[in-house]
Amino acid sequence: MPTVIVDVVLKPEILDPQGQAIVGALGRLGIEGVTAVRQGKHFELDVEEHVEDETIAKLSQTLLANPVIEDFSIRR
Amino acid sequence: MTVRVGVVTFPGSLDDADALRAVRLGGAEAVSLWHKDPYLYDVEAVILPGGFSYGDYLRCGAIARFAPVMSSIIDGARDGMPVLGICNGFQVLCESHLLPGALMRNAQRKFICRDQRLRIENSHTAWTADYDQNQELVVPLKNGEGSYVADEQTLDMLESQGRVVARYMGGNPNGSQRDIAGITNEMGNVVGLMPHPEHAVESLTGPGTDGLGFFRSVVTQWTARVSA
Repeated sequence: MPTVIVDVVLKPEILDPQGQAIVGALGRLGIEGVTAVRQGKHFELDVEEHVEDETIAKLSQTLLANPVIEDFSIRR
Repeated sequence: MTVRVGVVTFPGSLDDADALRAVRLGGAEAVSLWHKDPYLYDVEAVILPGGFSYGDYLRCGAIARFAPVMSSIIDGARDGMPVLGICNGFQVLCESHLLPGALMRNAQRKFICRDQRLRIENSHTAWTADYDQNQELVVPLKNGEGSYVADEQTLDMLESQGRVVARYMGGNPNGSQRDIAGITNEMGNVVGLMPHPEHAVESLTGPGTDGLGFFRSVVTQWTARVSA
């Protein structure tokens, strides 16, 4: 059964407080040079052969991501 | 006879009992609605209460949107039925596309719980008609993801059409764009509000009774319509 990957990230113009918190924590770890972090969600969908890209795009748009604030990408 | 107002209980709803009580104190008959039951039991208006529906899994309100009761509420709202979403209910209304925009993690990343000053900027909606234009209220605000966001075009449209129902006063508590605490749809029947008027209906347990107006408005409007 093939696995389809859907990654969801906040749109670039949307403030990401959690990403900022991660940058702050990196500084406290003593790691330098990471200037920004954008965090998101990673979905792994086990799908039957007949499930088409169009269906994956539809479910990503209606449920996995909120298109008002998030972008998504699909990988087979 | 009085108006029947439904309050939905989702798994993870917290403020449904307070909302039912506020409905009764506002002079309406309170009706409990269950997320799995699409029948609305002849209610004239619906409240989506605060809490953490479906554990806030995926995104706040994202799963609740697909609950059986929501398909009936979405249809009703499009036909003009008054719907008030408080806190998590506001998130559900945005996820359902009954209201534009979205609610994000508070800008300062902390959960907020405090008495909040608001200004009512649209006193013509189904839920705010009992208030005066620009009336100031104090009601509790308690949220982790209450920062209202929308694109500039949407924000400008909301402002120009007078659809910002309530704005935060005395400093922005959560990073909401343009200090927005609540908005309405074009018809004025659907209102989403981040603060909790249902916790300000009795002086014994709240900062005052400033929140009662939301629950009275829907009764006043219904009574006027029935007696007309």
